[in-house]
Amino acid sequence: MTTKSTAAERARGAVEPGTLVLLCLAAWLVPGAGHIWMGRRQKGVVFLLALPAMFAIGLLLHGRVFPFEFSEPLVGLAAIANVLAGAPWLLSRLLEAGSGMVTAVTYEYGNCFLIVSGLLNFLVILDAYDIALGRK
Amino acid sequence: MTHFVLLVVFSFFVSVVFGVLLRDHPRQQLRTGAVMFGGFIATALVLGWLLYFFPL
Repeated sequence: MTTKSTAAERARGAVEPGTLVLLCLAAWLVPGAGHIWMGRRQKGVVFLLALPAMFAIGLLLHGRVFPFEFSEPLVGLAAIANVLAGAPWLLSRLLEAGSGMVTAVTYEYGNCFLIVSGLLNFLVILDAYDIALGRK
Repeated sequence: MTHFVLLVVFSFFVSVVFGVLLRDHPRQQLRTGAVMFGGFIATALVLGWLLYFFPL
């Protein structure tokens, strides 16, 4: 006989709060690391390949890694989305890549790839968080 | 690269990530990803033709 799992049963799979913070940090820094940590290796590897590839394509298309200028709200929001990409964003900052070429025909496409890569990584972090809490 | 190729590449990556994120079994992931990818391309083509007939 099968029974639905209760909240208490699902909570058994939950991890300690400190570990949860570390998990989210790892998931942010290395896309897919949270899933690999939680034993969802197949998902983690796909995220690890797809998200940095999207970020790299965005840079190749002359997209811009936006600075934190909240005097222009859309630039500030785009900067937050860029940061959510994790290690690819850190590397782009260290290597001074992603200055963006406004005159390039692919500039807006590049921005789209860079921003969506970060936002997708945020969804991946939230998914890893849910798995760690035993919700999934 | 043409705009259409970039659209296809973008759709591919987003579909892969959403397919894997939303489903747990590889077969379901493949199906969801394929449906999403097809939806992206079809929507872009339909909107493209609509703008041809009704230019902004």
